[in-house]
Amino acid sequence: MVLLSIQSSTLAIAAALTGIGLVALALWLAGLISPRSFNPQKGEAYECGIPTRGESMAQFKVGYYLFAILFLMFDVECVFLFPWAVKVRELGGAGLLSIAVFFTILVLGLVYAWRKGALEWK
Amino acid sequence: MFDFSQITDWIHATLLSFMPEWLAVTAECVLIGVILLLVYSLLALFYIYFERKVCAAFQCRLGPNRVGPMGLLQSFADMFKMLIKEIISLNNTDKFLFALAPYLVILASMLAFAVLPWGNGLQVIDFNIGIFFLIAVSSIGVLGILLAGWSSNNKFTLIGALRSGAQMVSYELSIGLSVLTMVCFAGTMSVGGIVDAQKDLWFIFSGHIPAIIAFIIYLIAGTAETNRGPFDLPEAESELTAGYHTEYSGIHFGFFYLAEYLNLFIVSGVATLLFFGGWMPLHIPGWEGFNHIMDYIPSVVWFIGKAIALSFIIIWFKWTFPRLRIDQMLALEWKYLLPINLFNLVLMVLVIVYGIHF
Repeated sequence: MVLLSIQSSTLAIAAALTGIGLVALALWLAGLISPRSFNPQKGEAYECGIPTRGESMAQFKVGYYLFAILFLMFDVECVFLFPWAVKVRELGGAGLLSIAVFFTILVLGLVYAWRKGALEWK
Repeated sequence: MFDFSQITDWIHATLLSFMPEWLAVTAECVLIGVILLLVYSLLALFYIYFERKVCAAFQCRLGPNRVGPMGLLQSFADMFKMLIKEIISLNNTDKFLFALAPYLVILASMLAFAVLPWGNGLQVIDFNIGIFFLIAVSSIGVLGILLAGWSSNNKFTLIGALRSGAQMVSYELSIGLSVLTMVCFAGTMSVGGIVDAQKDLWFIFSGHIPAIIAFIIYLIAGTAETNRGPFDLPEAESELTAGYHTEYSGIHFGFFYLAEYLNLFIVSGVATLLFFGGWMPLHIPGWEGFNHIMDYIPSVVWFIGKAIALSFIIIWFKWTFPRLRIDQMLALEWKYLLPINLFNLVLMVLVIVYGIHF
């Protein structure tokens, strides 16, 4: 509904509140009608039927971290390309040339990460 | 083509006639909230039913057929079952983050849901950076999934959440770049503007080769983004029980389930918006009579029909391709999709600059 009298940001807040409201409402409803019972075994982590050994919030593979860092770099660069993308027709040759320099650096970054073996899952 | 803004303008005028403006705006926001809530839940329930029926058809089964005519009430029954299940509170979870995670997941999908163009004049949020806003809010969902896995204090959920995080952020890059390619072509980021630009011909036809490449990449990345099909390794049930939502029970689990199906709709909806003209009917330049007949089909039917057709393809993937391993999945993104995508962006810019499009 494009309601011209309402700002889009107000509507975004309304949609966000709707999302929060949906979760809160359903949880409240479930709290009213769902049963409650206590059992010490119920509170344990769902694993193999035997008590958990050691810490569960443990160390994890460093590869995930590496990909997260790579994502951060490329995503910020992708965000930087958006304003240019809107005006690509108007900017013409000069804009194309300057974005080509930026784009080359971006591709070189990917090539560097590739050559360094950051994209291998070891 | 019927313009829904007539109805919304009428509601606005009627409300203004007997109440001050701030009250009218509040009342409209509440009305929009209620409509969003209804459409959101009904669509999720329909999608659960739809997926089960489609899966059954692929496997030569009947699927749900007992509850209601043709099993239509099955997903309502499932929802009530979820509501009456106990929400178990666990001993060693991080209570606050554990409770926060479903809110974030639903919030992300609800905000993305509100941006979609449903029909002529039927769109809740229309920012001039609409598609950018959509990419931004849909990445909040990753946070919810990571929090869910981490706060559950369980090894399965931790691995599931990390896999999901790595997968979603990686494929987000491909989504971002293929959206960027289409933004280049459309010359606007506003959702309404993108739809209007496809009045004569949908982008998949007018942008020919680069648009088709972008569409294929978007479809693959979108499947990965929703943790579905061949990319469902965050919740690979043979390895990780249920992945990041193992510890959630009852309706708490239901939220993840709901958001997953809604994300399927949102991904198809955005693909519809970017490549298949949003709510625009199929128009072929020169075929005046044909275009005129197509205009008689309501815009809402066009949008939902196209979105469901694309969802069908994504569900089809699930039963066609075997599940990927995590190194294969990351290699597919970083060594194939990303370079192809960067190349495709250059191709698209060349097509625009030299005007070799329809």
